[in-house]
Amino acid sequence: MRAVVSVLAAVLGRIGLWGRGVVVAIPFLWLMLFFLVPFLIVFGISFSESIIAQPPYAPLVEWLTDEDAGTNKLQILLNLTNYLRLTGDDLYILAYLNSVKIALVTTLMCLAIGYPMAYAIAKAPPARRGPLMMLVILPFWTSFLIRIYAWIGILKGNGVISNFLEWTGLTSGPVEILYSDWAVYIGMTYCYLPFMVLPLYSTLEKMDPTLLEAAADLGCRPFKAFLKVTLPLSLPGIVAGSLLVFIPAVGEFVTPELLGGPDTLMIGRVLWNEFFANRDWPVASAVAIALLLVLVVPIMIFQHVQGREAEGR
Amino acid sequence: MKRFGFLAWALWFGYAFLYVPIALLVIYSFNESRLVTVWGGFSTKWYGELLNNEALLSAAGLSLQVAAVSATLAVVLGTCAGMALTRFGRFRGRTLFGGMITAPLVMPEVITGLSLLLLFVALEQLIGWPDGRGVTTITIAHTTFTASYVAVVVQSRLAGMDGSLEEAAMDLGARPAKVFFVITLPIIAPALVAGWLLAFTLSLDDVVVASFVSGPGSTTLPMVIFSSVKFGISPQINALATLMVLVVALGILVASVVMARQDRQRKRDEQMALQTG
Repeated sequence: MRAVVSVLAAVLGRIGLWGRGVVVAIPFLWLMLFFLVPFLIVFGISFSESIIAQPPYAPLVEWLTDEDAGTNKLQILLNLTNYLRLTGDDLYILAYLNSVKIALVTTLMCLAIGYPMAYAIAKAPPARRGPLMMLVILPFWTSFLIRIYAWIGILKGNGVISNFLEWTGLTSGPVEILYSDWAVYIGMTYCYLPFMVLPLYSTLEKMDPTLLEAAADLGCRPFKAFLKVTLPLSLPGIVAGSLLVFIPAVGEFVTPELLGGPDTLMIGRVLWNEFFANRDWPVASAVAIALLLVLVVPIMIFQHVQGREAEGR
Repeated sequence: MKRFGFLAWALWFGYAFLYVPIALLVIYSFNESRLVTVWGGFSTKWYGELLNNEALLSAAGLSLQVAAVSATLAVVLGTCAGMALTRFGRFRGRTLFGGMITAPLVMPEVITGLSLLLLFVALEQLIGWPDGRGVTTITIAHTTFTASYVAVVVQSRLAGMDGSLEEAAMDLGARPAKVFFVITLPIIAPALVAGWLLAFTLSLDDVVVASFVSGPGSTTLPMVIFSSVKFGISPQINALATLMVLVVALGILVASVVMARQDRQRKRDEQMALQTG
């Protein structure tokens, strides 16, 4: 015990002061235990076999004791069938492709609505920028679930949009937008818009206005100046915002479940159903690992951008 | 001039897109008719029914408890992490540490939920803890993913703060712990409050992670809302949403008034210090 303590003290001493070590160690150990280790477990169970038991998966590592021969064997079973099922069944591949498509459309819609908003706010008088940004972030503080719910009443047949279209005479019967891919696009764009506007605003606000003046002095038209100066300079904001929308959108579950139709396949939904409806934990784990593989490149880019941002300050 | 016109339109469109759905939600909560889309006259009966909905009220109580505890833990963890990332320079494992802080921000909820559940199950098999799943496991899960948000908020506040104050205190012989509690903590206090509120809101809002790690008998408010919304619209949920919007609006209003007052006070103090010094 004393040896352990002295080793620990030596380790902490090497990190620096005792206090410092503890300050790093608390969040470090917490995240190790509740963030990193769980991933390794998911990875492990994705190679396991589904069995009817509690918990419903076969152990990967087993000690086999042979009484007659008097030997102990360590048996490690790696089962690839879960991954073979993912690549063999069209359902999973379609779900992945569809998730990426829906996330891309959502990202583009957020960009189309969010960029002009961020630009307009960055161009507003400094005293007004704070309150205007506040108005963008405010809906984020109300429940996500409630905001998705709000769209059910708007999009459903005999809902607000349907009634309005009927009232204007554009359509003769109720229009059902709910339970379609479009409903999912609208709902997700609505929920993720603040994540796009925030980073865009912070890069656009930092931009030096004299650059545009210089462009104008040199005879550049405003629109061309925007394309040649503003747009390239705001690229870090575009990348950060797009990733903040795209990455969580790929794995989204609540929006497609509430607004999408039964044929709106998304990978988050597939994972959920494998886990809760089929109780197939190994396949759900394999789906999670495959989802992470899809996201690993965007997440690395995000970390890189985030790291540069933090060091740039 | 024409370009300004487009921008103003874009801004108005954006705000309308953000706020019209919430406004409609509030309006229809006062609807007499059960059919949410048909206006049947003004009524507050759904609020009355809401207050008699035992299942919903107990779920709300549980959610508030989980949110308060996990937000407090997340602030402690997030502040430590923020300090480590901004003040300690390069230390061994910093890249891994930074990665573990930012990754939960973008991690799909289904993965977070599934991985934590599998951890809890494995732990229970190995050491017998946690004994079943419920409030404790939900609180741990929420603490884990909200701590990252707190860390980011605290980190940006620390990075923006004047480091020379801490150095001065250190030069005057204060120990690091004292510097932190006497100098750093009061300065980053607004970030801690903001981080706590953010963590509280995120916890109160989460349905996916909670569904994975909750056990029988521990149903949170979002889980109740989710299951009732799945079967269509109910005016009670509109009433509940209106109350939530009201609380958030009041909270933001109070926070901005307090912050504006503090800002004025600080400016006055600085002025006084300049005049006397």
